[in-house]
Amino acid sequence: MISYLSKRFLFLIPLWIGISIIGFIFIQLSPGDPAEILLQKEGIEPTPEAIETMRSKLGLNDPPYIQYIRWLWKLIHMDIGVSYKTGEPVINELLNRLPATLELTLVSFGFIVILSLMIGLLSALNKHGIFDRVGVLMAIMGASIPSFWLGLILIYLFSIKLRWFPIMGRGSVYHLVLPALTLSFGTLIVQARLLRTSLQEVLRKDFIMTALAKGVSRKRILIRHALPNAVLPLMTNLGLILGRLLGGAVIVETIFAWPGIGRLAVESILQRDYPVIQGYLLLTALIFVFINLCVDVGYRLIDPRIELDR
Amino acid sequence: MKILGLIIISTLLILSLCGPYLIPHSPLEINLNRRFEGPNKIYPFGTDHLGRCVLSRLIEGARRSLSSALLTQTIALFIGISIGLLSGYRGGGVDFLLMRLVDLTLAFPSLILSLALIGLIGPGLQNAMIAFALVHWAIYARFVRGLVLEIKGKQFIEAARSLGVGPFRMITHHYLPNIFSPLLILTSLDTGRVIFTLSGLSFLGLGAQPPIPDWGAMLNEGRLYLSTSPHLMLFPGLAIFIAVMGFYLLGEGMVEYKKDFSFLGTRSKNKD
Repeated sequence: MISYLSKRFLFLIPLWIGISIIGFIFIQLSPGDPAEILLQKEGIEPTPEAIETMRSKLGLNDPPYIQYIRWLWKLIHMDIGVSYKTGEPVINELLNRLPATLELTLVSFGFIVILSLMIGLLSALNKHGIFDRVGVLMAIMGASIPSFWLGLILIYLFSIKLRWFPIMGRGSVYHLVLPALTLSFGTLIVQARLLRTSLQEVLRKDFIMTALAKGVSRKRILIRHALPNAVLPLMTNLGLILGRLLGGAVIVETIFAWPGIGRLAVESILQRDYPVIQGYLLLTALIFVFINLCVDVGYRLIDPRIELDR
Repeated sequence: MKILGLIIISTLLILSLCGPYLIPHSPLEINLNRRFEGPNKIYPFGTDHLGRCVLSRLIEGARRSLSSALLTQTIALFIGISIGLLSGYRGGGVDFLLMRLVDLTLAFPSLILSLALIGLIGPGLQNAMIAFALVHWAIYARFVRGLVLEIKGKQFIEAARSLGVGPFRMITHHYLPNIFSPLLILTSLDTGRVIFTLSGLSFLGLGAQPPIPDWGAMLNEGRLYLSTSPHLMLFPGLAIFIAVMGFYLLGEGMVEYKKDFSFLGTRSKNKD
C-alpha cells in the first residue's frame, strides 16, 4: 500500500508542475505591467525610469525560467500575490471563502450519495413499475436541466411563494437546502439511473441465485449481496462528480449569493483582479487532483480484486 | 424518445433559419409603456423590463445559441481531431507529449479553466466561445486518439500501407471515414453541454452581454425581477432546457441507431 501511494504521488509531480506552469503563464499573459500597478499603488508617478527601476527590483527583466522558479518558490510558501482590489494576500481571501464552498459541495455530495442510493434501490425493486418509468423520464430531464434555471425556480417556489427557505446568503441549515439541492439535482438523478442499471446487472448473477436458493430474504439479498457489488463501478465516477460540483458551485454560488470561492472568481473576473483568478485556478486544480487521488486509493482499498501496484 | 430529439432539433433549426420572418416584434424594440406584461395576445410570452417582446427575443436567441454552440464545437473539433489524429498516427514521443497536454487540460474542471481563460481575455460571447473551445478540444483529442489506435491494428490499414498509401491519403481516406460516426454521436451528445455552458457563462455575465438576445443573458436579466415577473425567468430557462434535451435525445437515438445498423461500419473494411 505504501509503495503504491508513493508511486501515485510520484506520478502526480509532473501534473503539479504542469498545473503550476499554466498558473505562471496565466499571470504572465494577464494585461497590465505589475511594476506600473505597484508604483501607482504606492503613489509614485510611473515615469519610464521609475518603471524600469521597479522592474529590475521585482526581477521582471530576468529570463522567464528564473522568474518561474522564483514564482514557484513563493507558491510553495503559499505566497500567490496580493489582490489588486483589496490589497489583501490572495491566499487569505481564498481561504476565507473556501469553507463556504466546501460546505456546499460536501452537502451536495451527501445528497447525491444518499438520494441516488434510495432512488436507485426503489426503482430496481419495482422494475418496470411506475416509479421506474418516471425514473427514465427524470434521468433525461436531470441530465439536461440547467442548474441556473432550476435554482431560480426553486427560489421562486420555496422562498418567494411558500416562504419555506431563505432566498439567499449563508447561515443556518435552512440556507443550505436550496443551493445544495440545485447543485446536486442533475448528477443525483443520473447516478440513481446508473445504479439501477448496475443493480439489475448484478441481480442476474449466479451468486444471487445461490442466495435465493439458500432462502435469504429478498431485502437482505438486495442490500447485503447486490448493492455492494453494484455500487463499485459507480465509485470511479466520484472524482468526476466532485469536480463537476466544484465547477457547478460557481453558478450556484452566484444565484444564491453564497460567499464561496466560485463567486469570488466571478467577481474577480468582472473586476479584472488577475492574482485572485490565478489563485482560484491553482486552488481548484489542487483540490480536484487531490480528490481524484483519494478516489483512486479508496477504490483500491474497498475492492481488493484490483491490484494495488498497477 | 429518439423521434422527440429529432423533432426538437429540427424545430430549433427551422426557428433559427426562419426566425427573422416569424418573430412578431423586433427583439431589440424597446417599449417603455408596456414593461413587465405577462403573456397576452400581442405578446404571447410577455415583455421584459424594457418592454421588449420575450418571444421574439427567444426565437432570435435560438439562432444565436445554435450558431455559437456549433461554432464552438467546430473549433474544438478541429483542434481535437488534428491533435488526436497526429497523436494516434505518429505515436512515440509526439503522442506522449500531446497526451500529457490533454491530461493537463482535463486536470481542471472544464468550467473553471474556461472561467480563468475568460478572466484573461475578458468577458464577451466571442471570448467565452474561444475559451470554452480551448478547454473542450481535449475530450475530442483523447477520443479520436483512442479510435485511431483501435483502427491502426486492423487489417485494412495494413493492406493500405503495404499498397504504399501515403500518410495524407491514409488519414483522409482510411482513418477519417472510420472515426466519423462515433465522433458524430459524441458531438451530438456534447452539443447540449456546450449550449448549457455558454448560456451558463452568459448567465454569469461573462458571455453574451445585454442587449444581445441570448438565452443565458435573458435569464440573468430576468433574475432581478424574479418575485414580480417570473415569466422572464421561466421562458428563457425552458428554451435552454429543451434545446439541451433535444441534443441529448438525438445523441442517445444515434447510439441506438448505430447498434441497429452496426454492419454499416464494415463498409470500409470490404472496400480495402
